[in-house]
This record gives sequence, C-alpha cells and structure tokens, in this order.
Amino acid sequence: MTNNWTDIKNADVVLIMGGNAAEAHPCGFKWVTEAKHHNKARLVVVDPRFTRSAAVSDYYCPIRAGTDTAYLLGVINYLLTNEQYHKDYVANYTNASFIVRGDFSFDEGEGLYSGYNPERRAYDRSSWEYELGEDGFARRDLTLSDPNCVFQLLKKHVARYTPEVVSRITGAPQDKFLKVCEYIGSTGNGERSMTIMYALGWTQHSHGSQNIRTAAMIQLLLGNQGVPGGGVNALRGHSNVQGLTDIGVLAHLTPGYLGMPRDGEGNFDGHLAARDFTPLLPDQTSYWQNYKKFYVSLLKAMYGSAATPANDFGFDWLPKIDKVYDTLQIFERVYQGEVNGFICQGFNPLMSVPNKAKMSAGLSKLKFLVSMDPLMTDTAEFWKNHGDANPVNPADIQTEVFVLPTNCFAEDEGSFTNSSRCLNWRWKAAEPPGNARHDAQVMAELMQRIMRLYREEGGTAPEPILNLDWQYADPMYPQPDELLKELNGKALRTIRDASDPTKVQYQAGQQLASFGHLRDDGSTSSACWLYTGAFTEAGNITARRDNSDPSGLGVHPNWGFAWPANRRILYNRASADPQGRPWSERKAYIQWDGSRWVGPDVPDYGATVDPARKVGPFIMNPEGVSRLFARKLMAEGPFPEHYEPFESPVANVLHPNHSSNPAARVFKGDLEVFGTSDEFPYVATTYRLVEHFHWWTKTSKLNAIVQPEFFVEINPALAAEKGISNGDWVRVFSNRGSVKGKAVITKRIPQLTVDGKTVHTVGMPIHFGFIGETKTAVGVNALTPFVGDANTNTPEYKAFLVDIERADPPAVA
Amino acid sequence: MNIPVTRRGFLRGAGGALAGSAIAAMGFGGAEQAFAATARAFKLAAATETRNTCPYCSVSCGMLIYSRGDVSKGEKAEIFHVEGDADNPVNRGTLCPKGSGVLDMINSKQRVTEPLYRKPGSDKWETVSWDFAMERIARLMKDDRDANFIERNADGTTVNRWLTTGFLAGCATSNETGWLTWKSVRGLGLIQVDNQARI
Amino acid sequence: MSYINPKLDLVRRSASSDPEPALAPGDQVAKLIDISKCIGCKACQVACMEWNELRQEPEENVGVYDNPADLNPDTWTLMRFTEYENTAEDRLEWLIRKDGCMHCTDPGCLKACPAPGAIVQYSNGIVDFNSEACIGCGYCVKGCPFNIPRISKADNKAYKCTLCSDRVAEGMGPACAKACPTKAITFGSKADMVTLAAERVEDLKERGYARAGLYDPPGVNGTHVMYVLHHADQPSLYAGLPDNPRISPIVETWKGVTKYAGLLAIGAAAAVGLGHYFMAGPNEVSDHDEDAARKLKEGRDV
Repeated sequence: MTNNWTDIKNADVVLIMGGNAAEAHPCGFKWVTEAKHHNKARLVVVDPRFTRSAAVSDYYCPIRAGTDTAYLLGVINYLLTNEQYHKDYVANYTNASFIVRGDFSFDEGEGLYSGYNPERRAYDRSSWEYELGEDGFARRDLTLSDPNCVFQLLKKHVARYTPEVVSRITGAPQDKFLKVCEYIGSTGNGERSMTIMYALGWTQHSHGSQNIRTAAMIQLLLGNQGVPGGGVNALRGHSNVQGLTDIGVLAHLTPGYLGMPRDGEGNFDGHLAARDFTPLLPDQTSYWQNYKKFYVSLLKAMYGSAATPANDFGFDWLPKIDKVYDTLQIFERVYQGEVNGFICQGFNPLMSVPNKAKMSAGLSKLKFLVSMDPLMTDTAEFWKNHGDANPVNPADIQTEVFVLPTNCFAEDEGSFTNSSRCLNWRWKAAEPPGNARHDAQVMAELMQRIMRLYREEGGTAPEPILNLDWQYADPMYPQPDELLKELNGKALRTIRDASDPTKVQYQAGQQLASFGHLRDDGSTSSACWLYTGAFTEAGNITARRDNSDPSGLGVHPNWGFAWPANRRILYNRASADPQGRPWSERKAYIQWDGSRWVGPDVPDYGATVDPARKVGPFIMNPEGVSRLFARKLMAEGPFPEHYEPFESPVANVLHPNHSSNPAARVFKGDLEVFGTSDEFPYVATTYRLVEHFHWWTKTSKLNAIVQPEFFVEINPALAAEKGISNGDWVRVFSNRGSVKGKAVITKRIPQLTVDGKTVHTVGMPIHFGFIGETKTAVGVNALTPFVGDANTNTPEYKAFLVDIERADPPAVA
Repeated sequence: MNIPVTRRGFLRGAGGALAGSAIAAMGFGGAEQAFAATARAFKLAAATETRNTCPYCSVSCGMLIYSRGDVSKGEKAEIFHVEGDADNPVNRGTLCPKGSGVLDMINSKQRVTEPLYRKPGSDKWETVSWDFAMERIARLMKDDRDANFIERNADGTTVNRWLTTGFLAGCATSNETGWLTWKSVRGLGLIQVDNQARI
Repeated sequence: MSYINPKLDLVRRSASSDPEPALAPGDQVAKLIDISKCIGCKACQVACMEWNELRQEPEENVGVYDNPADLNPDTWTLMRFTEYENTAEDRLEWLIRKDGCMHCTDPGCLKACPAPGAIVQYSNGIVDFNSEACIGCGYCVKGCPFNIPRISKADNKAYKCTLCSDRVAEGMGPACAKACPTKAITFGSKADMVTLAAERVEDLKERGYARAGLYDPPGVNGTHVMYVLHHADQPSLYAGLPDNPRISPIVETWKGVTKYAGLLAIGAAAAVGLGHYFMAGPNEVSDHDEDAARKLKEGRDV
C-alpha cells in the first residue's frame, strides 16, 4: 500500500475495483466503513460480481472479468476530456511535460508499440524513452502542448476509449460507467481525495500489471498520490507476504528490492553498471544512487568476514539468474522432468498453481518432495488416491515425500509486515505440538547438516555454502531477535560521521539507526536496507505498542515500524504544492515551515531541502517526478492498452489481430489447451470467500461449519437455460479439466451485453480440496490456464472460458 | 462503539478477583452478580494472555491468545481462546471469521506432530525420526546439487546456480525466518525460488 | 529478549475512534446491529461458536450462503442472506441479517417457560437460559415471536444466544460485537445505542434511504438487540424479520394463572439457591397452567 489501512478513513471516495476488501480483508475494510460513517465518503465498487463489498456500497457498476484496463483507460479519457484532473499536480509532479523520442510509436490498428518482435513475443523497448537534450537531461514542455510530450501522447492514446467503446468491451452500461467517472472525477481538485483498493482481481490477469498502472495514472492525474485518503493500495495476500517480498524471497529479488545478479552482467561492476540512476533532471535526488551501499551491506550480512573488497564482497558466490524462474516457469520445468527435488515451506502448489492435471503430472516426476508445514497439505498427499478429487495410483508415483512438522503462528515469535508496510512483533503463546519444530530451526538444521556433509566429503562448489556467515548463538536454531538485528544491520568497525570525522557515529558492533548510514566499503552490514531502523540500539522498534495518533489522521507513528524510515504515507511530499504549502487545508499533511518539512509523518523528502531547489517529490525516480509514461519498465508498453484475456468470449474490438497481451509468455503445450468461445462459451472467474483463507482454513472446523463445500455461482437466466436448480450438482469444464460443485443461483452474477453479445459468468471460489474439514473437492485449478502476466507472471485466474452442465454427484474415496 | 476494553479494564476483568466493579459497570447489579457467575463461569480468569498477529491475510490483525500455562515462564501452555487485540490500531480488537476461527486451525486434526515419510510407490505415510528425515533430505539435496550445480555458463561467467531443485517459501512465516530462508537458499545456489506474492 | 514485555504493557489509550459508551449500574444494555454496515462475513457466527465452545458437524451447501442452514443448538447466531431487487431505485441489494435472540424486554420465551429458573432476565435486559433448570419442553420455542430457541437432541435442553452474559459480567462486550470487523454490531447502554442508531439513520437518509429506521419493536416492549434497517418500513424483507412481533396470545393467557406446584419441583438446584432473587425479580417466571402447557407442547391449540 502506498498509504495504509488507517488512512483510508480520510478518503472522500473509495474505489474498490480488482478486489473485494469486505470479503478478503474485512478488518481492513473497517476503515472504509469509518470513512463512510465519519467522513461522509462514498464507496464505489466495480466488479464482475455483486460482492460483499458491493452490498455496502453507494454505487455498484458491473464489468466483464478481464476488461479493467479498458474501463480505467475510459476513466482517463473522461478525466482529460472533461478537464477533471489536477493541473498543477500533473504539470509539476508527473512526467506529463517530458518529450518522448521521435521513434516511439503506437499502431492503433494492430495494438502494438514500436519495437515488437513476434517470434520472441517481446519488444525492443529502446524507443520507449525520453528525448534527451544536449545537457543529458530530459527535454520538457511545461505547457504540455508539444505533440510528442507525454500528456499529448496520452490524450491521443486514450481518446479511443469513449464511453461507448468502454461499454462495448466491458459490458458496463454506459450510464453506470459515467456515474463512476463522476465519483472519481470529484476528487481531482486537491480538496477531496480518493483511495483505490485492489487485490488479486487486478493482478491475476495476463495484463495484470497494466491494470494497476492505469489505476496509478488515474491517481496521479487526480493528484491523489501522497495525500491522506489517497493512494493505490494493494491489499495483498498472506499475513507476511509483504515481508517476504521485502526480503526478496522471490525468483528475481534480493532483500530490499535489489536485483539478483544476472548472467550478462558478468561481475559486481557489471551489475552496478547495468543500473543507471543518473538524474534525468538537474538537482534530483534519485535515491537509488545509494544502490551499491545497500548491496555491499547485504553481502556483508550474507558472507561476513569472508566478504572483502578484493572478492567483490562475495558477489560471485550469489547465484546468477539467466532468466526469472517464477512459479509458472518452475512448474513448467517440473512438468518437463527437469527438476529432481522440491521444497514447499508453507505452500500448497498442487492447489494454488494453475492446471492441476499438469501440476499432478509434474510432481509425480520429482525424485523428492519436502513439505515444511504445520498442517497436512493437498500437495504433500499428491500421491495418495482421494477418489475423484485426486484420482492417482500411488504405485505409479516414485517420489520420496517428507513432511517436516513446523510451528504455526501462535507458537513462534518474530515480526510480520502488514500490507501498510508496518512491521509488528509477535510473541509466542505455546510450543509447537508433539515433535513439531520451529520454522527457523528446521531451515538452520538442514543447512547445518548440508554444511557438515560438504566439510566432511567435499563436493561441487562448497565455497558459497561454507562462506555463509552463520554466527548465531545456536547455529541449529538462530533466534528471531538475532535475525531481526541482522536484517536491520550494524557497524562492523568504528564509523565516523561523514560530515565531521572527529565524531564517532557508531562503535563497532552497534546497531544502525538509519539506512542513510550504510556504507559501500564493507564497514556496515544490513540484510535488508528497508528494515534498517527496525532493531536499533534503542531496542526492538517493531515491538513498539504506543497506538497514539496525535494528528487524528490515522498515522500512529509509534506503533511498530513502517518501512522506509517509519514513513506511513509514501510520496507524502506531494501532499503540498511546489512551494511547500498544502494543496488544501482539508488534506494538509507534510508542509514546508520555512526551514524544514513538518507534519504528522516522516517526510518522504530531504528534511531541510528548500522547495526553491525544485527537487521533485518522487525521490526514488531519476526524473524526480512520477510516470504517466512508464518508459522501458513495462513489458507490453509504456502506456496501458486493452488486451483480452487469453481465453475470451469475444475478439478484441480495437485490434483483433493482437487480441491478448502480445508480450505475455506462453509455453508450448499450454497454448494448445486454451479453449475457444464456441466450445466453452462462458466467462469463468475464481475468487476468495470471507469464511476461508486460501487452502488453509479448510483445516479449521469453525470455518468449515460456516462455509462447508465448494459451489458454483451462476445467474438465474443461465440456470434456466441449462435446467439447473439451486443446490443441484453441476459440472464445470474447461479445455484442461473439470470440477463438480453445488449450484448457487444468484442475481449477484450479472448477465452482460458485450459487443452486442450476451455474456454469462460462472463464478467459483478457490478454497476447497481433498484435505481438511470441508467437503472434498477437486479444486478449481483443474480448470485454470497456465499463463501469467507479461511482467510478473502472476497466473490468469480471473478470466477464462468454461462450459457448465447438470451432473451427478462425484465419487468419494 | 464496541465495549470499552482498555488495557487496564481488560486485565482487571481477566484477573477475576476484581471482577465485581466490572459487573457493576456493565449494568448488572446486586444479587445478579452471583447468579451470573454461577450460571456462566468466566473462562478467561487466570488465563495467560499473549500478543500475536493473525497468520492469514495481510491486514495482519493483532490477536490476544489465551492459554492455560505461560510458555514464557517455561510452563506448558495450552491455547484455548483467541480474540482481537483492541490496542492494535488497524483491527482494534475485531477479527474476521478466519481470525475468529483460528483456534481450530491451531488445534486442527490436520496438524502434523511427527516427521512423516512416504517411500517411492507407497500408499501410506510412516512416522520417522527428525534425524532420519533431516539426514535423508540433506543427502538428497547434496547429491542433486553436486551432480547438477552450474559453476560457469557457456560464456565462462561464474554463475554458481543450482537448477534441479526448487523452493517455495511461505508468506505466513516471519521476516526473521524469511531472511534465514533467503540466506540458505541463495547460499545453496537455488534460483527456482518463489513465494505466494507471485500467485 | 525484546525490551517490551507483552504481558505487562499497559497502553491506556483506547484505540476506538468512536466515543466509549459509559455504563452505569442498572443501565439497560443493548446490541445494535446496523444492517447497512454488515458485510455478512460471519465473524460474529464464528466468534460466538468459539467463545461458547460450540461445534456442530459441517453441513452441505444447499445453494445459498446461509451456513448452517438454520439456527440450531450449536449455532446461536446465523447470517441470513436475501437478494432484493429494488425496482424503484433500479438496483440489486444484498440484505444480510444477523439472526439470533433479540433479548425482548417482554420475553415470550420466559413467559412460556414452565421450568422455574430455566429462563431469567437480568435487570440490564439480558434474557438468558439456564440449562441446569431447563426441562426441554420446547415452550420457549413456541413462545418466541422470532423463532429463536432450539432444543438439543443430545441433552434435550433449549439453547440460544446469551448476549455473552459471562463476558458482559466481566466488563467485556459480547464476542460477536467484539469481533465484528465493520462495527455493524455495537454494544453499550440501550440509550447510547438508540442515539447511535439515530445518527446512522440520518446518514442512511442522506444516502437516499428515505425509509431507514431503527427496529426496536413495541410489540415486545422493545428489544435489547436492535437493528438499523435501510427499509425500516419493510422488516420482513430481511429474511422474514417479523413486521410486528408479539407474544402469542396463548402464552399471554398463562400469565397470572396459579403456578403448578409439580413443575416448580422440577426446577434446578442452582435456581433454588437463588429463589429469593427470582421471586423479587422484575420479570420473574409467571405461573403456569400445566394443561395449557401440555397442549402447546403437543401442538394443539396453536
């Protein structure tokens, strides 16, 4: 989240789209009800279903699953056409004035940007850049009238998305679409703000990243970024998904969003050279210029005294990636038999990765599978016959399988980072049951055993393992406070103040207070620069429990620790105008008092940087401003464009030759099992229910009682057409598999008219499988396509094609 | 407008002995007090209260876990009730149905309490020792790494990667476990590493 | 290890952004359920089961979101979902009502109950069942204008929401109100809840719900569980909430009839010790006519 949960109460308009906060984040949704109750806010919900969020909304507009980008581009067109955008904010705080290179182009008839290579399904993105002047800085036209400036290019780009076209594509009635535009446009004035709350309804598409980018562009046009009650707020998934992302336990990341080393970079110098953070305008902060300090400090946390300037601090011991091995890529390789071993630490991929038949076949090819988990999972029992729900023959499966029982949350201490970026410490209430062990204990002991084997018998490349810094009091069980201290970082030798060398800033061994103190000479270590400040000499800052809120704006500055630097609203400098005055008293947050920036939060800016210096408020960007034009950073284009899901009931009305995302990766074999609308006429979408959390709470009897069984939601018209009555068994099938469930016939699933054609939606919750207290089910991933977003490879769970029929009950093992 | 559960007031309630004044505060009077206590004994009296965070979604609601026995004193603790932490500025004592039902996940029949092992081709689990499981896994991993580790790519660049084993990390583990996991898997050279943020 | 001890931390400031209701001795309590804020998440249902240690076997899906399908001895509160096509406003509404005991000021269950001390009403308004004294006759079911109590097949006793009298007695709100993520359920003095309801009704009217109002039915002299309804003119839209709930006239006629001595003897030992309280209580169990009661139980004259 750019803002935070408690800040939502400051919003005047809440747009929930691409998510269903009341269902998936009820206690965060509380802040929407607070905004309604105390701030007279209006809640607007746009969703393919009339959801629990819609049930308490002021306005609901239906939309066909998978067409959000078109809808949002239509909103941008509305805002620009009706001049309902924040002109000063746009001119000063976005790249609207930047001139784009002359060789950049977009072919409206084909839906392609300049540089497309159809064989590689990828772009040469070199033209997607600013025109640079002779001084090396980007050229601008602050009047926003140059035909090649971002503003004019954007205006032209979105002009195609008229209310009529939006309605043709999305199925949203024009009047409802326009009413939503009115609500959104009412906040483009600095006096009022809108928050956008989204989750997997935007990410789980082959064009998911562009859904979110379009939303971010809307917020920038309205001036809603960096202000109270504004922001683009990813509600996120697991309790610590934010933390694991920050720590970079992802295919392409290191802790603190530094990049994994890549083949082409060669060495550390090459890695740094590949990242150019030179400011694109004079006097800009471009904070990533500190990248090397963060990286060297990470390497020191990784390899300790073995990391020296002479060996590039052990950079070469880190594995280099030749491409991103995201979950889909990994399981494609598992399916191809290219992987021997697999470890799932609290993960249930048999249910959570698309195309269950492919997953089941892939797992059967593994030599060994390890599940570290407090609970039995469907994945750990992929080899066991569970009737129709898992129809395998164990004798055919030669995989060795282990379950290592671990603690659950209540039996462990440590910090979780919520989606407001706030780290909170948790305390242990009991020990794990029986012989179950702590997560960290299991990881550490496994590593210690592998290290012992390498020491005893040698082997391939032992150095990267044996050089790991493992200075924990008990190497078999590093304690949570030791690990949080390591994440925070410390001085490795005496550090003197950079501006006054006579002053000692830190003695060797002292915990650092700020990432501003990290060094690139090996004198500091910090596993995750964003977490510096979480465990300082003052103690465990994540354990702070002072919930006071002096400003009344929901800041709670002394509760836990929010990264970066305990900042609660990102980009908050943008809450003030270029002179440092609040855009409005209603939305005052951070302002210039003549000598420094003041307000209830930590300024996202140099604390004493005079506004006269014209340093932009988006200090991480080399431009100093935010981007309406994404430059080379997006796979499928610097502006968003409407692409249909890979399985769609209609062709793309704008450019049928390139109907779906031209830059999304599709594996051979998966392409062949995409279905077509003549065979599979209905749009399917999958979702979460408030009573369950993924495939986890099906092990909780209380949750099974309140939502016991898989079901399929359809509109009464489709039910009548198919002769289906409420509570009947139905079979839903795609080109990849089929599932059976109970029919729930409901008006909450709208019937839409898309490009003149009636389109029905089949809705299915995800939570059911064959382990647990709920009724046994196959799992909806038997149906879902194995394709992901072009940038993140998040699978397209939200829009695909199925057919449906009445059916007999399934066989149960 | 939910009931005013301040820290002080709440501890008084949980303490039991001082409950009388709390009863008066809630509209009970006189003889009713004794009857109410007889009819429905207050089950949190003498319980240990521990702060934790809900393991499910990323609102990360504050929770109060009630146990018989205090693990911080070295006692064996049995968790019997969980409710929201009113001090937490985000959830303010509330919990959704997932969080409200977390007790049944903690005490689920599906909890695994001993290491389990399934032999190739077998149709059943066997209970094994930690020593067996860990040593066997360490051996399988080392053998696979030794056989398939790539020190240099075709261009001669040092790449130090291991592509025949994969690892999916859980986003319900702590930051501290997450860092130990990163250090471990990257130390081994694994690059097929992902978590639930992707899906 | 960490410098803040979780067990001794006494952060005093209440986190609520709403003013705290102050309850004085003798105050009437009430739970206000604001249906316009309810997302139907069932946190109340789960929190109720968790606190009261109730676990039934999971049922099947029968084509609706109401799970379990009905109140039962182990489900004391239940979300009931209604899809309402508001043709006047051209919109769909999903009306979700938390069903459960209304804690009537004039409780039909209590009036119908022949077992001494099996149903009590506290001076703060809570109507509670005392299983020790319950004889499982089922009269309370017939006497309830809201169809709430359920008889357990396991122990032949009646069960329903207690308004968490155990928690309330310790200065805590009911488990459902504590859990409710959106504060659709609030708990405090009845006077405060009526004031809050008025504020909510005003907000709903401002949003176009001209008939919004408070449900505190006079037919039972008001209730200690009240609803804010967007359509207060049509309570029955909300999964059959009675438009004008009244205690059955048959139950009313029992009142004042001489107490039947035999039934008194069935009263639970626990109640005997508290006899004084019940005799002096403001709404004690009334006298009963066994014949009338038997007829009622057997379904005649009803």
